[in-house]
Amino acid sequence: MAFKALRRGARAVANAVLDPVAELGRSGLKALAGLGRAHLLLLHILAGSAEVLWRPRLLLAQVFNVGVLSVLIVAVSGLFVGMVLALQGFYVLSQFGAEESLGVMVAASLVRELGPVVTALLVAGRAGSALTAEIGLMKATEQLAGLEMMAVDPVRRILTPRFYGGLIAMPLLVALFSAVGVLGGYFVGVGLLGVDDGAFWSQMQSKVDFREDVVNGVIKGLVFGVVVTWIALFQGHDSTPTSAGVSRATTRAVVHAALAVLALDFVLTALMFGN
Amino acid sequence: MTAVTVGSGPAPVSGALTDQAPGACAADAAESECLVRIRGLRFSHGPRVIFDDVDLDIRRGSVTAVMGPSGTGKTTLLKLISGQLRPDAGTIEVDGEPVHALRQSALFELRRRMGMLFQSGALLTDLSVFDNVAYPLREHLRLSPPVVRKLVLLKLEAVGLRGARDLMPNELSGGMARRVALARAIALDPMMILYDEPFTGQDPISMGVLVSLIRQLNDASRLTSIVVSHDVRETASIADYIYVISNGRVMAAGTPATIAAERSEWVRQFMDGLPDGPVHFHYPAPDLAADLLTRGVG
Ligand SMILES: Nc1ncnc2c1ncn2[C@@H]1O[C@H](COP(=O)(O)OP(=O)(O)O)[C@@H](O)[C@H]1O
Ligand SMILES: [Mg+2]
Repeated sequence: MAFKALRRGARAVANAVLDPVAELGRSGLKALAGLGRAHLLLLHILAGSAEVLWRPRLLLAQVFNVGVLSVLIVAVSGLFVGMVLALQGFYVLSQFGAEESLGVMVAASLVRELGPVVTALLVAGRAGSALTAEIGLMKATEQLAGLEMMAVDPVRRILTPRFYGGLIAMPLLVALFSAVGVLGGYFVGVGLLGVDDGAFWSQMQSKVDFREDVVNGVIKGLVFGVVVTWIALFQGHDSTPTSAGVSRATTRAVVHAALAVLALDFVLTALMFGN
Repeated sequence: MTAVTVGSGPAPVSGALTDQAPGACAADAAESECLVRIRGLRFSHGPRVIFDDVDLDIRRGSVTAVMGPSGTGKTTLLKLISGQLRPDAGTIEVDGEPVHALRQSALFELRRRMGMLFQSGALLTDLSVFDNVAYPLREHLRLSPPVVRKLVLLKLEAVGLRGARDLMPNELSGGMARRVALARAIALDPMMILYDEPFTGQDPISMGVLVSLIRQLNDASRLTSIVVSHDVRETASIADYIYVISNGRVMAAGTPATIAAERSEWVRQFMDGLPDGPVHFHYPAPDLAADLLTRGVG
């Protein structure tokens, strides 16, 4: 009797230890399978690249969807971020009597980091979530299956143009964000805080390098464009075709895209500006 | 004519395929006669077995009904025939081509000759009625806009919705959406149309419209139609041949007259819509008292 109880206790302890391990293994496998599906989907999307050139109108519509429709939110955010940068930067720089370098500080922070990262986060929230919901609903309402029954590959016809739309729009939005941000910094720094106009621009011009800073920033934008759009499209395409499934997929798309952008930013920064 | 014998429990029909009634192919029928030939079909969704060794034929030019309770796999059967799903075992031949083994390009080639009417209609929601019907034409044929326009209007006329061409899908009633989807399905003049529950959720008038439309289209355009449904009376009224499936098996097969004369309790219960019989009202469960007395939260 006592032996039996002991054995039951031992099994309970073993289960308490092993169950989480098994659960960890299961979710690990699930994540890996998802990653595999995401890569297969990316290959499928890329396989349709040639058709995008054939149907420029589809592509244009998506550049409009992701790009033009995000212009306002990106520009306004850029303006405020630039203005805050000038305020904060002025406070620090004035302690060293280096207010003249405000232009460099604002422009470099924007072009190197804040422009690409904040734009990517904004696009993930504005356009990425919309893409996921659109694709997920098309799947739930059998529109994708309907296309397939018309002998039209829905990945190539629906997903590929959206992918390239994001890819093209993102670097442009990044450039817009940085440019408007610099203007915001100028208004606050020169207009409000009395930094010398000529010093603001000339220091910026001499210290911010085109190849090193601007091009690298645009490359970041391009990479983030791929990642954000890819994640959004995958989540939509992989969603459970129910209302709850699509809503979960939309949340996941934004969260995963944000995390991926921040993590990738670290990697890219280390590679680009590391030494 | 072989008598179809089905026991009271779920037992498959063995003699059905030798039935020479119009609508069924003979076991050795020529390819020209038999458009779809399914042999030894097995399919499961995960652990759930949907089809377990099913044989099924669709004769060219016929309207064949596949009936069965909800959740037996009628939609799944259409997806298998159109190659959206692959069987675990068995063969599915459509027009002599093995659907289950085709590569995507060959499958797409075959699908141009098939139309499918989805349960939901599956219209592209950001395109107008006109553009939805024009979609397959623009995708697959290089036609000038005036020709596309003429074709689209003819197809819409066939389903009685020429006047609705400028509406968006969200402005259509359920019955209209299904008819637009039908116009789109026949846009490329297919050899076969698969209908998934065409009558569900329709008011009596649009139901009647759809019923006669399916028959008319089939006979006027020399189509082959497969109608999947659980609306027994409407479907039986236009079918040349009926398969009743349940529990992964073909429970009965024959002309509407044969099925109506069918004596097996199960088929009677299904065809007459009786609440209880061999199929029980309750999903299998442990004894209620025992269930209530069990402690736990599950
Ligand atoms: N994608 C899927 N994954 C798992 N099970 C499914 C899936 N699709 C359908 N099923 C199950 O297969 C069975 C048959 O589905 P379906 O073919 O839609 O039935 P019907 O059209 O006859 O009502 C249902 O019980 C359903 O729960
Ligand atoms: Mg169904």
